[in-house]
Amino acid sequence: MLARKIARHGVTLLATALLGGFLSATLVRLAPGFDSDEAQLDPHLSSQSIEALRQQRTDQHNIFTFYVHSLQSAWHGDLGNSISLRQPVASLLRERIPLTLRLIGIALLLNWAAVLALALSAAWLRKFAYDTLATLVSGTLLCIPAAVLALLSVLWNVPGALAIGLIIFPRDYRYTRNLLAKAYTLPHIVTARAKGLSELRILFWHVVPVAGPQLLAVAGVSVSLAVGAAIPVEALCGLAGVGQLAWQAALARDLPLLVNITVLVTLVTLLANSGADVIGHVWRGQQA
Amino acid sequence: MSFWRGVACAVLLLVVGVSLGANWLAPAGYAKQYREAAGSPPSHEHWLGTDEIGRDRFARVLYGTRISLLLAPAAALLSTLMAALVGGLAGYLGGRWARAAMTVTDLFLSLPWLFLLITIRALLPLNVSPIVSVLVTFLMLGLLGWTSAARVLCTSAGALRNSDFVRQARASGIRGARLFWVHVLPNLKPVLYAQFWISIPAFILSEANLGILGLGVAEPLPSWGSLLKELEGLVSVGEEPWKFVPLILLAIVVTSFQLVLSNRDEVAA
Repeated sequence: MLARKIARHGVTLLATALLGGFLSATLVRLAPGFDSDEAQLDPHLSSQSIEALRQQRTDQHNIFTFYVHSLQSAWHGDLGNSISLRQPVASLLRERIPLTLRLIGIALLLNWAAVLALALSAAWLRKFAYDTLATLVSGTLLCIPAAVLALLSVLWNVPGALAIGLIIFPRDYRYTRNLLAKAYTLPHIVTARAKGLSELRILFWHVVPVAGPQLLAVAGVSVSLAVGAAIPVEALCGLAGVGQLAWQAALARDLPLLVNITVLVTLVTLLANSGADVIGHVWRGQQA
Repeated sequence: MSFWRGVACAVLLLVVGVSLGANWLAPAGYAKQYREAAGSPPSHEHWLGTDEIGRDRFARVLYGTRISLLLAPAAALLSTLMAALVGGLAGYLGGRWARAAMTVTDLFLSLPWLFLLITIRALLPLNVSPIVSVLVTFLMLGLLGWTSAARVLCTSAGALRNSDFVRQARASGIRGARLFWVHVLPNLKPVLYAQFWISIPAFILSEANLGILGLGVAEPLPSWGSLLKELEGLVSVGEEPWKFVPLILLAIVVTSFQLVLSNRDEVAA
């Protein structure tokens, strides 16, 4: 059953990557300036070389030929060249991925520490004032655009990871709080409380096993939110990560770079969601 | 809760009303430059001061609010209609149609929203007239923002397809488009309304993000995104607090929408 689930996720991932890759290649192929090549203007090239370059472009006019060619190149690690930065896309990504991963990793840790601390204490204490205050804080953060939070983090010298954490916090808090509040109203938990079980025991023995798999799904989605939040934070805080690279590529209309980043990000978010889904499935299986 | 919902509705009506009255409240317009008073603090003539090229900030906030508050619902309407068409029809037809539609929505949903927006925005020309930039920005939001709503509508329409009254209508000889338009779509109205209202604050925030990143509405037209871009040049919060007025207004409007929506979330889910 588990193997089938993992296989299904694997097939979905592969199909999405192929479909996403096809759409990306289509975008690159249709982008303005695709047919022009500065190399053809090089006065040192012979007429045969220029003709060969032209022929190469003509071969790529068919969208399917172009896609197969792009897929073959990507398979061999060649993701094409950035138009604006004049560097191979693969090396640009290699340089910037570690910073983005570090930022997102720290942001997720900070976010989940705050979310669990606040949501658990709100569910545990069941005090109206405390719950209202926490909801008010998360609601306020939800109403501020991510880019403004990034600007304010620059103004107040807040680290980029914390800014990403603050952007994703309100959504995660809302879901987590609702899941925990719902779990606390289940009849067997009300009974456990009536029988005088300690709050800690209720939490770890009854609430977490019920809400855990759903919380894992929220954690999977928060990876996607963190990746999205990395764009404004890296762009406005001057952090040289993948988010900043995507923003620069968008401003320069550098589609080969942008679509490669988008496909990479899509795979990361799909992997995170699939991972959360599989772990949740195992968890539920153990409970059964 | 109904008291707060009433307050939120009143606030929204007030903001929309004031922004619609921009022509009377700020007759000089959003683009007029007062060069002798560039970058000035709030005064009798300029209630929120002027920006660095001498344009009245109050006028720009009013006109920017009007643009954001009129076009975000338009984009939400477009995305809701697309969701109704794609999700509603796919759910109504069921089978491979529903599977195909859901595969497409899953593909869109697997892309982080801001990544998708900037990728598509980059494909479209950036060097366009301000009016075109407004249309491009909000059309893009409307055309890309239908996927999550389509998912909800597909499930709802799928449930309606097998309901008793639809079976009865089918048994009475009503088929195809008539069955969909007369019996299925009207019953999807609560979900459609909820999705429409949910999309508005989401699109307002998305436009603001795009504007700050320089990929939104082009100058000299104001929008909340371009107005918030001014915060980039701030050195400290206390230095020019009036520059935060667009942010406060945006937060109030989005909060009001959230309050109005508080029971519609359940319908949408």
